[in-house]
Amino acid sequence: MGKILMKGNEAIGEAAIRAGCLNYFAYPITPQSEVAEYLSRRMPEVGGVFLQGESEVAVGYMLFGAAGCGERVFTTSSSPGISLMSEAISYISAAELPVVFVNIVRGGPGLGGILPSQADYFQATKGGGHGDYHLLVMAPASVQEAVEMVMAAFPLAEKYRNPVMILGDGLIGQMMEPVEFSDRLISKPTNKDDWATNGMDTRKRNARNLVKSLFLDAVQLEEHNLALKAKYDRMKQEEVRYETYNIDSDFQALIVSYGTMSRVCKTAIDNMKAEGFETAMIRPQTLFPFPVQPIRQAASKDGCEAVISFELSMGQMVEDVERSVQGKRPVYWHGKAGGEIPTPEEVVDAVKSFVKTK
Amino acid sequence: MQREVMFAGFGGQGILLIGNILAHTAMEEGSEVAWVPSYGPEMRGGTAYCLVVISDKPIGSPIIKNPMHLVAMNRPSLEKFAPVIKPQGVVVINSSLIPVTSGRSDIHELLVPANDIAMDLGSTKVANIVALGAFVARSKIVDFECMRQCVKEQFASREKLIPINMAALDAGQKAAQSK
Repeated sequence: MGKILMKGNEAIGEAAIRAGCLNYFAYPITPQSEVAEYLSRRMPEVGGVFLQGESEVAVGYMLFGAAGCGERVFTTSSSPGISLMSEAISYISAAELPVVFVNIVRGGPGLGGILPSQADYFQATKGGGHGDYHLLVMAPASVQEAVEMVMAAFPLAEKYRNPVMILGDGLIGQMMEPVEFSDRLISKPTNKDDWATNGMDTRKRNARNLVKSLFLDAVQLEEHNLALKAKYDRMKQEEVRYETYNIDSDFQALIVSYGTMSRVCKTAIDNMKAEGFETAMIRPQTLFPFPVQPIRQAASKDGCEAVISFELSMGQMVEDVERSVQGKRPVYWHGKAGGEIPTPEEVVDAVKSFVKTK
Repeated sequence: MQREVMFAGFGGQGILLIGNILAHTAMEEGSEVAWVPSYGPEMRGGTAYCLVVISDKPIGSPIIKNPMHLVAMNRPSLEKFAPVIKPQGVVVINSSLIPVTSGRSDIHELLVPANDIAMDLGSTKVANIVALGAFVARSKIVDFECMRQCVKEQFASREKLIPINMAALDAGQKAAQSK
């Protein structure tokens, strides 16, 4: 199959179907309503289910229920909708069920605006709901990458029995770019027998599966949390993904940026290179687990004077960048959070303001 | 090399569609493309615009402050975007609805009475395709014949609309060449 021109939101919907997910529950919200529009037509064509919940709170528990039965299931929403689902996300994480969430982030807090934003970084990577849990969070920078991440998300969610979140932004959802869908078919989960509450009849082993998040006994809850922690530690070992840009140059500044913002930074890096000023970028593709070591290593390189986190937020990822750099270099933040996206020129000016030797 | 085209007009003039057709054509020719719509809080009947970025290498920032070309279908669009177009860019002005010009001497201005031409063809709905034909004929940003195929594909599910859209493309091309 060749390339087709598709809107990010529609491509995300198609990617889920190609990944073998036939259950989509959602509630419309700008800037991602096209996913629901697309799947309301597409799901019946492939024998799947699209169900619009009465609210995102309901959607969260519909996902919980379907996942508990061993069904591949996903939802898409935007910032305020994800807030409403956050209680269920905590429960789903505690119950260790695989669900894929897509957040096409809009400006916040509150109702905020409908334009692109990355202000849900904390919510996605540090909780949102209550308790010690983590989502595996991936951040696409193009429509094609959104497709690949959605397709990767289902097997990852099942591998870890943990929710996976795709953290996009309004531009990724609204923009059209050429996409190619691989013909690779993703198989149904093989570990379902160990956790799905789909009845004893179909199961190979003769033990009861129980989906729960309540552990009143302190020792049991401690054990549960330790098991969850071991899982998150394993993600940190095995799932860190990132891309580097111009990293082999003698860069004076290291940029850390993801999603739409990272594309602007790439153009800025090219423009600075043309003037003879070298900068490099690490683009986290997973936000949790975060590429701590690669950033620390790059920041430590001789000649690197500053590390700058560019974000469509008032400075959230910069805390993880600081944690990565561990004081080896000065760490700065530059960003916007109203819905406007900084131009490459603005990025260049910001980089130069943070670097002493020109 | 990267080129950018801003398409702008009223909601309902088919602005997003002609951007889509250009992006599709450029993709078929093997270019990298991005189609970025305006999706801000617009009113019904308000402005609609989209930016098409065409490049021979992966596209970095899809947000462009100074696009190379402009197709302006109404007056507010011309007034908003003409000042930011790069020198030597092509600016198509729908002179049926826009009684003024860009006021710039460093761009290639092309006045096309797109609505009048479309009305002569039988429907003002194809004014957008007339403007697209004129723009591509003048800028040569994509191959005209390749675009013709993409327009046919676009209307494949409504075949009876293909002839009038082909006529609109040709009329646009003619308007560009006669100037």
